Amino acid sequence: MRHLLLWIPCVIALWAPLYNMTEPTLFGIPFFYWFQLLLIPVSALTIYAADRLRKA
Amino acid sequence: MFDHLNVVATIVFVVFFGLVTGLGFIASRWKAADLDHINEWGLGGRRFGPWVTWFLLGGDLYTAYTVIAIPAVVFAIGAYGFFAVPYTIIIYPFLYMTMPRLWAVSHKHGYITAGDFVLGRYGNGWLELAVSITGILATMPYIALQLVGMEKVILALGFSGHGLMQHAPITIAFVILALYTYKSGLRAPAMIAFVKDAMIYVFIIAAVIVIPIELGGFIKIFAAADAAYAAKVAANAKLAAGVTLTPGQIGPYITLAIGSAMALFMYPHAMTGALAASSSKAIRFNTMTLPAYSFVLGLIALLGVMAIAANVKVSSPQDAVPQLVLWAFPDWFAGFCFAAIALGALVPAAVMSIGAANTFTRNIWKPFIHPAMTPREESVLAKLASLVVKVGALAVIFLMPTQFALDLQLLGGVWMVQIFPAMIFGLYTRWFNGWALLVGWAAGMVVGTALSWGEKAWIPVHPLAWDVPFIGHVDLGLHFAAYNGLTAVAVNIVVATVLSLVIRTQATDETAPADYEDSAVAA
Repeated sequence: MRHLLLWIPCVIALWAPLYNMTEPTLFGIPFFYWFQLLLIPVSALTIYAADRLRKA
Repeated sequence: MFDHLNVVATIVFVVFFGLVTGLGFIASRWKAADLDHINEWGLGGRRFGPWVTWFLLGGDLYTAYTVIAIPAVVFAIGAYGFFAVPYTIIIYPFLYMTMPRLWAVSHKHGYITAGDFVLGRYGNGWLELAVSITGILATMPYIALQLVGMEKVILALGFSGHGLMQHAPITIAFVILALYTYKSGLRAPAMIAFVKDAMIYVFIIAAVIVIPIELGGFIKIFAAADAAYAAKVAANAKLAAGVTLTPGQIGPYITLAIGSAMALFMYPHAMTGALAASSSKAIRFNTMTLPAYSFVLGLIALLGVMAIAANVKVSSPQDAVPQLVLWAFPDWFAGFCFAAIALGALVPAAVMSIGAANTFTRNIWKPFIHPAMTPREESVLAKLASLVVKVGALAVIFLMPTQFALDLQLLGGVWMVQIFPAMIFGLYTRWFNGWALLVGWAAGMVVGTALSWGEKAWIPVHPLAWDVPFIGHVDLGLHFAAYNGLTAVAVNIVVATVLSLVIRTQATDETAPADYEDSAVAA
């Protein structure tokens, strides 16, 4: 179960066609860039969540 | 030689560089222990807690070369250079699953290198040798590239020497590096990493706030970049460049991210950094906190588009970041930023040379030349080997064109993935046979190297269609190109699996299933 959680950010990060677009932009930054940047803290939080599940 | 020297920037650069390297010499007294033992010299006595490990691994993995090279690709062709972001995203979930197991078994049996583990698990000295040679081969050009990164910023300071003098500054820097690594071992880069990482963070935060303001915002920056890529493609129809990926770049983008992630923790320097942790808890903590460095790396990549908008003049894309820094900041702060990048070369170069030296001593010299080594002899030899590795890297820079180091580094990644099956599968099962893994490794090395060979230059990706000797043209019909390391490791795994079905003789396995269990699970 918790390992399944860890796969989620990986699959999204590798699914390039999902984010390979310029719109919507954020502060003028194309979607391609800000989406991937945003995914970094999200992936860290996913690992944290998986770790909490392990301890629970 | 000094005619165009930027005096203010150079003074700041030299002061910071000097102060921080001074720390490297003091480091031998930190968490003091007997540095004549390889476990102490080469692994810091496995006493680095969560935070020290964070700084050490962060400084070790996100190198000066990365700070120069990733934005250089973005500067040259755009979105494709951002592959470093998915690459560094997928590393940590993977690390969370696997590295605590490797740490646990290494702690239990006193393993220091990948070769140690492979020998213990499969009882096959030749597989150990193959794994170890791969690591050393891949590490040498990587160290050489750290020098390239350092040389780029020294060039930007306005230093212009000719002949042997051209390399004088990095030679001095490297002699200092060699001396403190020799004296303090892994403690030195761990201590330097604190200051160096703090400096990199200051540099990047300043850069992503100040530069977009100076350039009139990200809308203007990306409009300028878009126009620049379009002009490049118009001038050369074969070039793929743009603010987003072209359809042909998607396959390489994904496979390069996967293959690079699989290779990273196979490198001796990454493994040294992780095994030096004091507990598997420290490693798990780092899988959640190291993404902070990935975020900084993503911001650094954006410097590539900013350099386009700033219209910096460069002779090679690798000068984009140094020139952007000079364009955007006052001289004193440029000197600070350059010192941060140069120190960013010293931390990984030190850990890489220690990782390679540990590997050479434990897995090549000891088993094949002098089996009866004492721990003290091991430590002495590892110190000497770390010097040899650095002289070798310096020789690469002196004697070979930079392009050659770049090509070797690229091949190094392709080679490094080939030990993945033996290492990672080995953490979970002993089903694979040592000899089968060795033949799989050899097949992967040959296929990966052959795919990368090009008439004019070595290339990292290849369409999934090949002209195979004796068989003819083979086409998977997928119509996309893939990273050679990944294609080669697929061949490697198939060969190892088929042969493991055939060869069922088993050598001894000194590890037990319980050795891999994460002891902190219960805690």
